[in-house]
Amino acid sequence: MKLDLEHGVVEMAHGGGGRAMAKLIETIFLGNFDNPLLAQHNDQACFSMQAGRVAMTTDSYVIQPLFFPGGDIGSLAVHGTVNDLAMSGAVPLYLSAGFILEEGLPLGDLAQIARSMAAAAREAGVFIVTGDTKVVEKGKGDGVFINTAGIGVIPDGVAPSGERARPGDAILVSGTLGDHGVAVMSKRENLAFEVDILSDAQALNGLVAAMVAKVPDIHVLRDPTRGGLAATLNEIARQAKVGMELDERAIPIKGAVRAACEFLGLDPLNVANEGKLVAICAGDQAERLLAVMRAHPKGADSAIIGRVTQDADCFVTLKTAFGGTRMVDWLTGEQLPRIC
Amino acid sequence: MKYIDEYRDGDLAKGLASAIAREAKPDCRYHFMEFCGGHTHAIFRYGIQDLLPSNVRMIHGPGCPVCVLPMGRIDGAIHLAKQPGVILASYGDMLRVPGGGRESLLKAKALGADVRMIYSPSDAVALAKAHPDREVVFFAIGFETTTPPTALAIRQAHREGLSNFSVYCNHVLTPSAISSILEAPSVRDLGTVPLDGFIGPAHVSTVIGSQPYDYFAEEYRRPVVIAGFEPLDVLQAILMLIRQVNEGRFEVENEFTRAVTKEGNMKAKTLVAETFEMKRSFEWRGLGLVPYSALAIKRQWAQFDAEARFIVPEFKTEDHKACACGAILRGLKTPADCSLFATACTPEHPIGSCMVSAEGACAAYYTYGRQRRKS
Ligand code: SF4
Repeated sequence: MKLDLEHGVVEMAHGGGGRAMAKLIETIFLGNFDNPLLAQHNDQACFSMQAGRVAMTTDSYVIQPLFFPGGDIGSLAVHGTVNDLAMSGAVPLYLSAGFILEEGLPLGDLAQIARSMAAAAREAGVFIVTGDTKVVEKGKGDGVFINTAGIGVIPDGVAPSGERARPGDAILVSGTLGDHGVAVMSKRENLAFEVDILSDAQALNGLVAAMVAKVPDIHVLRDPTRGGLAATLNEIARQAKVGMELDERAIPIKGAVRAACEFLGLDPLNVANEGKLVAICAGDQAERLLAVMRAHPKGADSAIIGRVTQDADCFVTLKTAFGGTRMVDWLTGEQLPRIC
Repeated sequence: MKYIDEYRDGDLAKGLASAIAREAKPDCRYHFMEFCGGHTHAIFRYGIQDLLPSNVRMIHGPGCPVCVLPMGRIDGAIHLAKQPGVILASYGDMLRVPGGGRESLLKAKALGADVRMIYSPSDAVALAKAHPDREVVFFAIGFETTTPPTALAIRQAHREGLSNFSVYCNHVLTPSAISSILEAPSVRDLGTVPLDGFIGPAHVSTVIGSQPYDYFAEEYRRPVVIAGFEPLDVLQAILMLIRQVNEGRFEVENEFTRAVTKEGNMKAKTLVAETFEMKRSFEWRGLGLVPYSALAIKRQWAQFDAEARFIVPEFKTEDHKACACGAILRGLKTPADCSLFATACTPEHPIGSCMVSAEGACAAYYTYGRQRRKS
């Protein structure tokens, strides 16, 4: 029996370990993720690694809606894990992909997700070399959950890490903030609003490679995903026991993102990004790093947005465009829009 | 976009700030209360206090609808959410507010109650339509701005013949609250809280107009300026208040001429009047019982009144003893004066309501102004 990608849906049998499951994996995953390691059809991928420091990471993706402007859960799962590796300065190599499918998920959607994962992996130059599939009963999942793990190698002399931020360092971002969060929110069923904003979800390993090639001693690299720039900077400030001072006017944010946040009572600095990074480097290297970032297509809108300060309270503050100063705090729980 | 930027221009702000510095007399102190949480939020978010001379102080009033709702009413909502078959719908920032026993609607949701976050009362009506076998209760709160949409929702439910929609009504009235603050002995007799003027919320006045404030200006001899929520609006309003004080005037002025008129929106006012009636008194958190300060659903619409459809016990829940929300809402204290501030009480673990809503004085101070403690 051929899989009916047009009308078929995920059934319990697709996770049962029998022929149906084999068919599903073969048609949807093997076809798309095709590479020699995966093609060995073993329960594990075996490969040699060059000696040196290895980076490994894992993340799970549970996003709703599954498809959003500028991406879907599949490409997001690849980009997210590639970026987690890249933020250590590593060159990402191999990924695993675990799928938890909900009974009833259209097979066409699953195929679409697998296709976009494959495309994202190709673009980032990584291979999906092992995987797993489980099916849960209807009502026990949200269509599909994806877990990805990734492995990469870190070039010598590169060691960005949160605790290395030093007073006097410069803080840079690689582009406009909040695009992903706003794009996803605009499609939530109870929120739907019209914006022309695409998610910024993209793999950043190419950009990072260019950055560390020119400025190997980048002190910190981090991608400001959930919790946005505010959460990321607060995390780093605590890790390194430093403060930070930002300049609101220097922070790139698209007009439409700003307006949507205004409308929802959110602060764009708290909104998620999936294709941007924060870099912290010695103050005297900042201009050089900025030039490298701007020269890369994924960092064209890069900017120096502030500096690291000495502060035992680890406060992140912002000089507002308005001329005042305020704290940039991380969020409490979920972001809940205000009432009036 | 341009629309927003115009009201946030840093250079214009500098110009206004220097006008304020010029006109505020050095030997005079100016205490202005912004009634509304929206203004409090803007003041902290844009760091407006930094632009004011040290003799101009802003006092953060009670105008956050989430903050002024007594815990007993939240317990009422939680009680309703737990009734079998009920879907309780409310605005996002209401969900986190702890009632007595520190339970919140979000916690009730985690424990199995069907609580939904909505963006407008019509979303609640839509829920009722989509779930004819369930009882949808809309937990309505807010000042004059949010009242007309609630009235519209009731009309819509009536028009569509929905018998499973009702409103747990907690709409409160701005002018009564301001009177209550001005009538407080601390302001009126003791003079411990000097209040030299008010900034009135523009969104309230787009509905009720500027006229209801005439009474304050005359009776209490304090100037009132009705202002929008953009930072430049707030600065402009402060300048206008300083001028009135300097000239010994106490008038109602309108900074927000782009949308506020003297009469307000007659259509909305009529709609509200036909749907609601004044409650003899209503408890405000921090202000206690305030006469004629809240609305109840008129008897002719009783079928849409959750309190008529369900038995909602009267929860008498006391605030935490050390919580200074009451004094803060009256302008007697600032958040930093509370012994629990930023220690036992944080946005993660709010003890008082001022810490829960982003517009509450404690939360705004915590989120945007904590660095000030050092200076
Ligand atoms: S800090 Fe917390 S406990 Fe203290 S007044 Fe504010 S809300 Fe109440």
